Amino acid sequence: MKNKTLKALAVGTAALLATACSAQDPMQSGGDSGGSGSETIVVGSANFPGNVLIAEVYASALEDAGFAVERKLNIGAREVLYSQVENCSISVVPEYNQALLAYVDPQAKARGTEEVDAALAAALPDSLAVLNSSSAEDNNAIAVTADTAKKHNLKTIGDLAKVSSTMTFGGPTEWEARADGYPSIQAAYGVSFTEYKLLDYSGPITIAALQKGDVDAALLFSTVPQISSMNFVVLDDPENALGVNNVTPLVCKQSVPEKAQDVLNKLSKKLTTADLVDMNVAFSLDFRDADEVAAEWVSNAGLK
Amino acid sequence: MNVFDEIWAWFANPENWSGYASIPVRLVEHLGYSALAIVCAFVIAFPLGAILGHLHRGGAVVLTIANLIRALPTLGLLTLMVILAGIGLLPPMVALVVLAIPPILVNTYEGIRFVNAGVVDAAKGVGLRGPSILFRVELPVALPIIMLGIRLAAIQVVASATIAAYVGLGGLGRFIFDGLGRQDFAQMAGGSVIAAVLAIATEVVFILIAVLATSPGVLGRERLRFSSLTRKKVAS
Repeated sequence: MKNKTLKALAVGTAALLATACSAQDPMQSGGDSGGSGSETIVVGSANFPGNVLIAEVYASALEDAGFAVERKLNIGAREVLYSQVENCSISVVPEYNQALLAYVDPQAKARGTEEVDAALAAALPDSLAVLNSSSAEDNNAIAVTADTAKKHNLKTIGDLAKVSSTMTFGGPTEWEARADGYPSIQAAYGVSFTEYKLLDYSGPITIAALQKGDVDAALLFSTVPQISSMNFVVLDDPENALGVNNVTPLVCKQSVPEKAQDVLNKLSKKLTTADLVDMNVAFSLDFRDADEVAAEWVSNAGLK
Repeated sequence: MNVFDEIWAWFANPENWSGYASIPVRLVEHLGYSALAIVCAFVIAFPLGAILGHLHRGGAVVLTIANLIRALPTLGLLTLMVILAGIGLLPPMVALVVLAIPPILVNTYEGIRFVNAGVVDAAKGVGLRGPSILFRVELPVALPIIMLGIRLAAIQVVASATIAAYVGLGGLGRFIFDGLGRQDFAQMAGGSVIAAVLAIATEVVFILIAVLATSPGVLGRERLRFSSLTRKKVAS
């Protein structure tokens, strides 16, 4: 019942915005000199370093291509961020294709990058679009300590099934119930932990809890630098239960001109998972600034 | 259905009133964390403030330390403690105790330090010594100010104990963090409303305790009568 109300609210808001926009359009085309060419592109991001870094990469590349860019970084959960792109308060955010698809269409069954991107293009409302996916993946991953992996001979998430009834798991509150979250690995591998401890989303709390043994397994991003510095073992996901999650720009069509879309597509072609790890290490372990790290990648990538 | 109806529906939902994650359970957890933190802070701050105030020593040091502690961001301290000690009760307790120490420490020190010197002299005059002066004269006279410090600490702790949920524990913060993460606005607002009401209730309870615990002579009503008596005497 509550969900229906929220949806009705969202639809209502969208409808209002749509009418507002269409009412504005003739005026804009009338006074063409009003600077629609120099319209600012607003780059948003979720509130974790990996996403902020990619947003900075987008922003830096767009600036290099001569666009005016405004950054609105570190915005809460996907639920909040998506609604901001939907009403064009934000023009573009770095998204992850499968996670986004699961959010837009919880019933979606698509697997693999191409299938997911096609399903996504069909599922998104007309005002939104995804640009080309990059090969870079920042995926949810199930991690354990090297000791735990050795002790129970763990290589895949499925290996956890026989020992998970004596283990606790640490992850964020929103992942516990999400379609591509905990229910997905429960269904695919028969994993069931004694307790799901509600921690942060692959942040310092989760990393500390895993390292200290307060939780036996945890949800971490596959590009978190501590995976290498603390010797965590990321368990394989042969059933693709956690999805593919290629980095993919989600844009509000009307506020991202075609030339800017070309810039982002060219960028996505060059971006790899290894780049993400490198940037994360530079940002989180070497304490360099996100904009500086991003600008460096952009200039090295030779996008022009 | 508007926002208030949704929050009301959340409160009215019987599911939220029974089970291991229900409102009563979270409320009891929240009060438990708060009480423990206030007691710990009291045990640390009160004796220190009382002794230094009685000796008229260390004022600058006490105030400086208290103000420095006040500047610590609670969430940052919480995260640091988790990194050092892992998750569990300790990190949020440290964060909350650190939050509660400054008001108790400063008010205890200031309250005792600035008890009317004439009153202390009179106590010495009738033969009281060190500890007796502290317990029988200075503490009773300073009690309203000390209770004010404890009250401020308690309100702050009750309002901040929601952070326990940030590191996997329970309490009313569970509703706020879960509601935020899942875009369940009614749950988030409902948890916030309970926490806010609890903070106000805490204030009222501590005001009552302060009034009941303070000697009538210190409260002012008796002093009025007393001063009018002395004035008459002087006049005659």
